[in-house]
Order: sequence, then C-alpha cells, then structure tokens
Amino acid sequence: MPDLRNLYQEVIFDHNRHPRNFGKLEGSNREAKGYNPLCGDEVMVYLKVDEGVIVDAAFEGIGCAISTASASLMTEALKGTTVAQAQQLSEDFHDMVAGSGSCRELGKLEVLSGVREFPVRVKCATLPWHTLNAALKSSKEPVTTE
Amino acid sequence: MSAVVQSPVVRSVRRYAGGYDVERLRGEFPILAATVHGKRLVYFDNGATTQKPRVVIAAEKDYYEQYNANVHRGVHALSQRATDAYESARKRVRHFINAASEKEIVFVRGTTEAINLVAQCFGRTRVRSGDEIVISAMEHHSNIVPWQLLCEQTGAVLRVAPIGDEGEFLLEAYEKLLGPRTRLVAVTHVSNALGTVTPLRRVIDLAHRYAVPVLVDGAQTVAHAAVDVQGLDCDFYAFSGHKVHGPTGIGVLYGREALLDEMPPFQGGGDMIKTVTFEKSTWAELPYKFEAGTPNIAGAIALGVALDFVAGVGLEAIAAHEADLIAYATERVSDIRGLRIIGTAPPKAGILSFTLEGMHAHDIGTILDHHGVAVRTGHHCAMPVMRRFNVPATTRASFALYNTRSEIDVFVDALLKAKELFA
Repeated sequence: MPDLRNLYQEVIFDHNRHPRNFGKLEGSNREAKGYNPLCGDEVMVYLKVDEGVIVDAAFEGIGCAISTASASLMTEALKGTTVAQAQQLSEDFHDMVAGSGSCRELGKLEVLSGVREFPVRVKCATLPWHTLNAALKSSKEPVTTE
Repeated sequence: MSAVVQSPVVRSVRRYAGGYDVERLRGEFPILAATVHGKRLVYFDNGATTQKPRVVIAAEKDYYEQYNANVHRGVHALSQRATDAYESARKRVRHFINAASEKEIVFVRGTTEAINLVAQCFGRTRVRSGDEIVISAMEHHSNIVPWQLLCEQTGAVLRVAPIGDEGEFLLEAYEKLLGPRTRLVAVTHVSNALGTVTPLRRVIDLAHRYAVPVLVDGAQTVAHAAVDVQGLDCDFYAFSGHKVHGPTGIGVLYGREALLDEMPPFQGGGDMIKTVTFEKSTWAELPYKFEAGTPNIAGAIALGVALDFVAGVGLEAIAAHEADLIAYATERVSDIRGLRIIGTAPPKAGILSFTLEGMHAHDIGTILDHHGVAVRTGHHCAMPVMRRFNVPATTRASFALYNTRSEIDVFVDALLKAKELFA
C-alpha cells in the first residue's frame, strides 16, 4: 500500500505554502499555458532565455499541492540551465514520476518521486513540465495533460 | 431540509413502515464489504455512479446464462423469453416514472445519449436559425454540449438562465429568457455539482405558457426521489441506469408520445424500421423507431430489476433517509474552519460540494481515499458552475440509500486528518 508520507513530503508542503518564483515574470520571452482538464488545474510558465540559457523562470496558476510544488521546484531548477539541459531535465523528471524510474540524480526534484506510487496524481506533477516544454517551443496553444 | 419535494409522489412501495433497516439493506450490496487501502470502503461517490445490489448483478448473469438471445427477432423460445423480459423492463420503467404509455419509454445508453437524441431529432425538425434553446447555469456538460452542437448546426442561440449565490435557480431571470423564439428548455432536476433542486413545476409551467417543451435531466434524481413525469408535465425526461443502482450502458429517454411521433429517427438500422426498400424505408412504431440495432438487452432487464429494488425500499423512505444524511453532514462539516459549502439553496439533494481553504480538492481526494473514503474531486463535468463560484474544483460527497451517519463520521475524521497534514 502506498504511503501518503511518500507523496506529501515536508519539502512539498513548504513549496505549496510558499511557492518560489510565483507571479508574472517581467521581461519573459518564452511562455506557455498548461491545463489539466481532469482537475481544472491551470499553470502559466514564464521563461527569460538569453543566448540559449534560461536566466530566469517563474510560474503562476491554481493547482493542488503536488502541481504547485512541482512548478515551484521546477522554476528553481531551471535557472542557469541551457535550453538543452532543461529539455533533458524535463525528460528525466517524467522518467522519475511516470517512466522507467530514472537513476539520474535530480537533486531536490527527487522529493516528487513518491508520485510514482499514485498513478492518478502523476499528471499533477508533470503539468508544469509539459508547460515548460511548450514554453521552450514557444507554442501558442495551451497544452493539456491529455 | 428535505430532498426533492416538487415531484409529486405517485406511489411508494414501502417494505418497512416509516423507513428501512439500513444495515440489512447494505448486506444486499456485495461491494460495500470491500476494503480500500486496508480501510472499510465508505462510498460517497454516488453522484458519479451507484453500487449494485445482488439482484441486479444476478439479473445480468441470468440473462447471459439462461436465455441470451436477440429481441424482436426469432420465433424460438429463448428469443421470446428475452423479448418478454426486455419489454417487461420497459413496463417497469413506465410504471416507475408514471409515464402514460410504454411507447414513451425509449431505451438508450444513458442520459447523455438521451439528450443528444432529443437535440438531434427534435432539433432537426423544430429548430431554425435565430431560434433559442434555454438551459440553466448549473447544467452538467451533457446538457450543455449537445445544445451547442445543435446551435452550431442550425444557427440557433443558446440562452443560459442564471443561478444565485446559494446555487438557487432564479425563476424571474429564467422567465425573462422565454419568448417567441424559444424552442426548448433543457434543465437539470438536481444539480450534480451543487445539490440544488430545480423548481421544476414552475419552470415547466412558465415554459408551457409559451408552448415551449421542457426536457429534464433526471440523472441525479431517479435514485433519490419519486419522479412522476405526468405530474411534472415535462415533455422529455432522461436518466441513466447506473445512477439508480442498475448497470452502465443503459438509460431511458421518456418523451411525450405526440412529440416522439413527430420526430425523425435517431439512428438507422435494424429493429427501427417497418419496411425497407432501396427507394424508401418506413419507420417502426414508437418506441422502436428510436432503438436501432440490438439494444443492451441484459442492461435493460437488470435496470428493471434495479427500479423494482429501489421502489421496494420506497422512494419516500430513501428521500427521508438522504435528507437526514445531508443535514447531518452539513452540520458536522460546519465546524471545520475554512470549509465552504458550494451550493446551499434549500431544498437540497444529498450532495455536499465544498472547498477547504489552503487545500486543493485533488489533495483532499487522495487523502480521503487513504482512509477508504471515495469522493469525487474536480469540476464534476460542470465547469461553468465552478466558474460561477470562482473555484477551480470542489470535493463532493454524494449520498445514496445505503450510506449512514457513521460513514459521515469516518469522512469528517478523514477530512480533519487531511487538514492536520496540511496545517
């Protein structure tokens, strides 16, 4: 039986209560809107990309603790990475929560690995990352988790 | 608080005077003995689908094991037996909702298909560009989207009757929407997201003043209160079998005979024709005109059994039992700080929809599930309702005849634990 504490770790509560990089990002040049039709969660991801490097990242939206913490941790992890590194990070994150269970070190993001045991909540964790991928491609259409 | 009160009670077959023995009744539902995450199941997601009593499960099994055959076809014994059972289920439905004739009872897949049938068949002949369809602001998506499709096809306009801050149906605003271009009113009997009971008699009377027919979405009503389509004077009434303790994939469209008669068929195929030539086909009599192809025979038979089961317990007794549950649940959660009930307009059905400050419905749902409590979280296929109350989602506990006060205690304890975890 999956343990609730594996899902709701203290770091997740912290980021849910005090999301980092929350709000519209002044001077962002890539952004995308993500939507999970299952639960009505909406997230907006803003990036400031300078010569292939993400110099700043922010998000805003309404979501559950898992999606909020995931978005908050994501924006922290993105700062200073190249676009290619960010795409790799996104792939590794998906692997960790939904795929083969990546062995790659993901640092703080690993607090979300407990989501694996809660299949219906995987989309909550991946919504910000889907939205990141769309922002990196600067797609105009809102992405959904479906 | 009482459950649906507008519907005139036509009949009530009660096995237990003044109520029923809930514990004994629970024994009829095998799934209620299940455990979830090591906890006894508390099933509060009856608005999504209801659990099935043993007799309903047995009815499906018996059909497949003893007399599986197609209906209205063969002269052989099994086909006749299947046809008799299928048609007997139709009689039970007619009786259950007090329709005037079996011709008015069309078997469909569920409420959604019933509404789509009316939108397409009634719409094709009666609705033109510039005409108007009136719905309410608390409709399920299944009573919004079929009309939007019709409007796209015909150039008709969808008008929406607003609801108030308590989730109440606003009769005056509704009346103002009615006019010479109104072709149909389509409203829910009970809101799945709020528990609001629509003042149907008034809604229907007002529409009829303009000679406008009314379709009622009864998905959230049939298992919880007596429905009398003649007493209501509605023109169409739709419901799903699985929400009244029957199987999935079977439902009912009631339609006034004169209206069904003038409507073209929904789908073409076997069973819905009288004669077929390559030049022209003629349609079968009602209700078969609307039942193309082999129907869900086992589902219809088992639905008939489910309706008998519910009627046997007694709809008045069920309504009283659920009114007690919603009153008790409302009282219990009113002490929880930060809890906001969405939908507070009396009279309310057994649906408790709420938000909890600082916690998203999805998190609440996961934690309640860990305590064995099944609730629905999200927008309940009623996104406009969520927008109306400016919430992304709610948590919904919806009750049925087998739920108990002690289950509500388990649910409230689990809610408090969730709050503690998030504090």
